[in-house]
Amino acid sequence: MHKMHNTPLGRVFDVFNHIFLALLGLATFIPFVYVIAGSFATESEIAARPFFLIPETITTAAYDYIFSTTTFIRSIGVSVLVTVLGTLVSLLLTMTMAYPLSRKKLLGRNLILNLVVFTMVFNGGMIPTYMVVKSLGLLDSLWALILPVAINPFYLIIVKSFFQNLPSELEESAKIDGCSDMGVFWRIVIPLSKPVIATFTLFYAVFYWNDFFNALLYISDSAKWPVQLLLQQLMMVANMDFGEMDTMLADPPEESLKMAVVVVATVPILIFYPFLQKHFAKGILLGSVKG
Amino acid sequence: MSLLSMKSRKVKTNGPLDTNQLTKTQQLLKDKWLYVLLLPGIVYFVLFKYMPMWGVLMAFQDYSPFKGFWQSDWVGFDHFQYFFQNPDFFRLLRNTLILALYDLIFFFPAPIIIALMLNELRMQFFKRTIQTLVYVPHFMSWVIIASITYVFLTTSGGAVNAVVEYFTGEKINFLSSPDWFRPMIIGQVIWKETGWGTVIFLAALASVSPEQYEAAIMDGAGRFRRMWHVTLPALRSTIVILLILRLGNFLDQGFQQIFLMTNSLNRSVADVFDTYVYFVGITQGAFSYSTAVGLFKAIVGIILIYGADYLAKKLKQPGLF
Repeated sequence: MHKMHNTPLGRVFDVFNHIFLALLGLATFIPFVYVIAGSFATESEIAARPFFLIPETITTAAYDYIFSTTTFIRSIGVSVLVTVLGTLVSLLLTMTMAYPLSRKKLLGRNLILNLVVFTMVFNGGMIPTYMVVKSLGLLDSLWALILPVAINPFYLIIVKSFFQNLPSELEESAKIDGCSDMGVFWRIVIPLSKPVIATFTLFYAVFYWNDFFNALLYISDSAKWPVQLLLQQLMMVANMDFGEMDTMLADPPEESLKMAVVVVATVPILIFYPFLQKHFAKGILLGSVKG
Repeated sequence: MSLLSMKSRKVKTNGPLDTNQLTKTQQLLKDKWLYVLLLPGIVYFVLFKYMPMWGVLMAFQDYSPFKGFWQSDWVGFDHFQYFFQNPDFFRLLRNTLILALYDLIFFFPAPIIIALMLNELRMQFFKRTIQTLVYVPHFMSWVIIASITYVFLTTSGGAVNAVVEYFTGEKINFLSSPDWFRPMIIGQVIWKETGWGTVIFLAALASVSPEQYEAAIMDGAGRFRRMWHVTLPALRSTIVILLILRLGNFLDQGFQQIFLMTNSLNRSVADVFDTYVYFVGITQGAFSYSTAVGLFKAIVGIILIYGADYLAKKLKQPGLF
């Protein structure tokens, strides 16, 4: 990147630096490779060899098994549904709330903003939130995985700042042409916000896909478990006594089976990874700009 | 067109149409569509953020699901008193603080060091490949990370224990050993978040102008002196801000992570405030008591955040708010 006069010591450092970082890259990557390899291996091989990157005999038995159980297929369905629906709801609520808050002259704007920021430093906590969800009759409903976490206040503030920085001339000329605020929002602001929408679609989607804890709290009916919770139960049941469990698989899950579930729960993230990497870095830098 | 509208905006702010001169009702009517857009969001915050805040009053009750919120008896600070006299309190405080301290010592510097090392790479392809690899775990759920940890650390055929057994002749039960709990938690955090943590530092480094390096070279600064005198100072304000932020949520150890790695054998070191609230409140049904514990933690948390903000402003850094 910049011109350097490399000293012998600098060269030694360079060699060390490259080797160390390459090892670091491998150390983050290899566990995934092992899990993928294990998911295609036979039980006896997993038991015999503690570590391998390519199985001796490749079998899809674990996948055949999980894809033949309704429990597993249903949990994938639940995860996909919650992720898609949740992301839509979250985006819609975040955008519609951020836009009015970006208008400096709106009456009551500062009060609402302060109340939003306050929720970032103080909250009622797990039990009172649970009580609210319960009293709304949302227990054991998939809406309980979406509505209580629908707006992330951090994202709301970032989107608000983005709207604030849009050129106001566009909105004003649209108004002169007879557009209402509603029309300006849908026809001018939203089309101008595509990059931000893309970023936060991914932020929310990753959150919904990865979430297991809200399901643990609010969903006791195992037919409505998302795949992350199913995986958590599979892992914990086999390894630990972890309170009361209702396993729906007749025989305790085998090693390759668990690894196959890990792989399936990871695959969507890996598919979207190139977009994630790009947009998340953008998001983190957006977030560091104060609004 | 844009010139015209800019002019008209000027007229608006100074002229007779100034919004300050409209009555409040006129303003509300003028912005009616904006309030319509705002409404769903407000309903969300009222229902799921402010109702629970009001619900913390349960901490001062002896809440009974049969009597409901309105009929339950008020007990004042009984639950708090019980909590502070309970040996659990010191155990939770100790566990939380030790984990936070370990996190600060072992995890916090890691992304800074790796960012500095990445910054010294000159082959862009190699640099990008490494970045692409080390960012991956950040996007995985804690369930995935915990599952992979189980697979590697288990005593029945785990790769790590195979190595340990080869060298020492016996296996270590990492997953249920109280001694290994903290190193395991910090190790997971380092593995999952170090790579991603470099993003913000690399961004700060990208803004250092090449002239600064050239000037340093002209002054005869070698590679390491440039790193010390140009690169590291460029990171200083980012490091200070992140440190302050960390102090602001010192008590917030990753709840999901700790919950997933907790079991009956390592509870003595694993329990922190948040997981305790879950186990006592949700699993054992002590709603009022666990709400009191949660409220205590939230209040200490708010003091820490405002303290951190005060500190930031004292140090002439942009505050948190």
